[in-house]
Amino acid sequence: MRYSYTLGTTRYHFTNLAELMAKATPARAGDRLAGVIAHTAQERVIAQMALADVPLKNFLNEALVPYEEDEVTRLIIDTHSADAFAPISHFTVGDFRNWLLSDAADSATLAQVRPGLTPEMVAAVSKIMRNQDLILVAKKCQVTTAFRNTIGLPGRFSTRLQPNHPTDDSTGIAASILDGLMYGSGDAVIGINPATDNLAQCQNLLHMLDEIIQHYQIPTQSCVLTHVTNAIEAIELGAPLDLVFQSIGGTEATNTGFGFNLAHLAQAEAAAQSLARGTVGNNVMYFETGQGSSLSANAHWGLDQQTCEVRAYAVARQYNPLLVNTVVGFIGPEYLFDGKEIIRAGLEDHCCGKLLGLPMGVDVCYTNHAQADQNDMDTLLTLLAVAGCTYIMGIPGADDIMLNYQTTSFHDALYARQVLGLRAAPEFEAWLEKMQIIETHQPAKLLDAMPDTFARTLEHLSDSDNSDARAEAGQ
Amino acid sequence: MKRPHVVANPWQQLRRFTDARIGLGRAGTSLPTHELLAFQLDHARAQDAVHLPLDLARLATDLSALPALAPLGDIIHLRSRAADRNQYLQRPDFGRRLHEDEIPRLHHLSTSTEYDLAIVIADGLSSQAVQQNTAPMCEALLSALHNDDQSWQLAPLCVVQQGRVAVGDEVGEQLKAKAVVVLIGERPGLSSPDSLGIYLTWQPKVGRNDGERNCISNVRPQGLSCSEAARRLLYLLKESRRLQLSGVDLKDRTISDTSTIQNGAKNFLLPS
Repeated sequence: MRYSYTLGTTRYHFTNLAELMAKATPARAGDRLAGVIAHTAQERVIAQMALADVPLKNFLNEALVPYEEDEVTRLIIDTHSADAFAPISHFTVGDFRNWLLSDAADSATLAQVRPGLTPEMVAAVSKIMRNQDLILVAKKCQVTTAFRNTIGLPGRFSTRLQPNHPTDDSTGIAASILDGLMYGSGDAVIGINPATDNLAQCQNLLHMLDEIIQHYQIPTQSCVLTHVTNAIEAIELGAPLDLVFQSIGGTEATNTGFGFNLAHLAQAEAAAQSLARGTVGNNVMYFETGQGSSLSANAHWGLDQQTCEVRAYAVARQYNPLLVNTVVGFIGPEYLFDGKEIIRAGLEDHCCGKLLGLPMGVDVCYTNHAQADQNDMDTLLTLLAVAGCTYIMGIPGADDIMLNYQTTSFHDALYARQVLGLRAAPEFEAWLEKMQIIETHQPAKLLDAMPDTFARTLEHLSDSDNSDARAEAGQ
Repeated sequence: MKRPHVVANPWQQLRRFTDARIGLGRAGTSLPTHELLAFQLDHARAQDAVHLPLDLARLATDLSALPALAPLGDIIHLRSRAADRNQYLQRPDFGRRLHEDEIPRLHHLSTSTEYDLAIVIADGLSSQAVQQNTAPMCEALLSALHNDDQSWQLAPLCVVQQGRVAVGDEVGEQLKAKAVVVLIGERPGLSSPDSLGIYLTWQPKVGRNDGERNCISNVRPQGLSCSEAARRLLYLLKESRRLQLSGVDLKDRTISDTSTIQNGAKNFLLPS
């Protein structure tokens, strides 16, 4: 279907909804690379004006990726709830924005409407929102999930403790885990990006994480971020797996490039559920996303990268994840060029994911070839924390020595908690108090002394080092 | 030395087990001044590494000091379609293709007998990695090829400025090489601005995808040694020649990956 908009005596035409959506998108490198970006700043605003006039109903009648050729489109269309959509079915995209910002759209109402929203409607409205709109609307959305603790409660701000190591050395990983726990990090998950996809390696890491969590009775969950097919096999082999991980994209072809399809996700969720390892809930999936993956896989069907990204959230919500994380600045400057583009994309992803009912975290991050630095990360982190972001990454000193990028540190998370009065997940916070890592009164404060339990592990380490040295000397 | 208002972390001693920035201490809950500035310095170095141009003259000097390279003739200097660094960063498609002026130059070099292997050096995201590691890496590779029981007919060594991995496919195709090996600067991390990546493609031609390549990464003095990288690469090259393919169907079975897992001390967080 063609779309047009008249300004003065000039009539602007857009071939279809995909073109209109792409041209209405705030400027970014990936859309320029894909050749779908507006040619001028004026054309972008005209596209936004035209998009604001599009009835939401059109999104149900005009698939951006053909139904017959894409299982993500089929999932979106087949699971759409006409009942939930009914109260907003007469809206245009512009009306939808007004409603989202109005008092009529409170947390409970938004939750009721969710099954009636398609990712394309959500992507469209985000394109005509300013950053403050994205923050305000996201803040209204409440999404709570649970496994061994409860994630996403109001006033809470969680972290993934990410103790990566370039060779998966267990001692190096343990050192980073200890560092994170001492800084109150790790309530969302203790999650390792393994250095290889080797299955035996993943199993070893799963056992290691499970033993630590069990030994210290930490109310959190572990994850080794390996391919979904590896996770299925690990479960069959009896590995102590809490969460299944997978990177996902918004088109079937993107996911084919990632080496999986929707049936794999369903199979993995069922397998992880069968282990019944959760104590306070049963959300067992962990998804990562990021703008640019469909373009990078040459699987974007002419769509802009943000629309592809929001379609990935439709995949995610089908499998009731504990955590979803947009790795916003990881993919590089050819998709998001600088701090400004990364900040905008992070706010869009967070808001759109939340609108669709996902427990959205953001990996507030950048690579060294992007035009960005920690100041940009501070800005995005602060905006996201204000917007009610579910969780961020916690990495020693913000420097990931395995993936070679910078993200948020344990210190950064504590900064956000401090300036906004936010707290860790309740079960985890109680554990931090019990272990004498934080003081009991609010706001939580780190204690200066190292807790006895952990101090003893260091003494023990020194002793064994000395005995190793003695043993070597005796040889 | 005790720094005023900084809470020290006694577990800083664990830094002997990892390059991760653990035990930094804190001022309130924020980074102490010293650690804040140390991070900024590392980031500045990594950013500079991205934009530092490759010193072609110095690279040529370093490479020409390798006796094993002499039989290959002069080094061929090539450009990608990316005009400068800024364009290189925003247009990966330009970095993957040779500038059109370079094609005729390569045509002259292709012979009636196919080359077994073309070695291509590209600056990638870290010229520093290329500057420091390609000469020793080439030496180790050429030595491994020389000592192999099969013979390897090598194309002239090519150096591509503003090149991405896939540019090797076009060079290999133009040279009519059966396989191409690209040595390229990886994206720099804060603790590793000098990491060299190695990519192997069988039957290189424009349009090959990443699933059709094999990769060995993190070649640098503090990472994978050149001799170990050459050993793995020779294994992959021989397997590639035997199976007539590269990529996901060509597995690196030179080592058991699990053997690298427990190479530190035991997990001190758990009782022994």
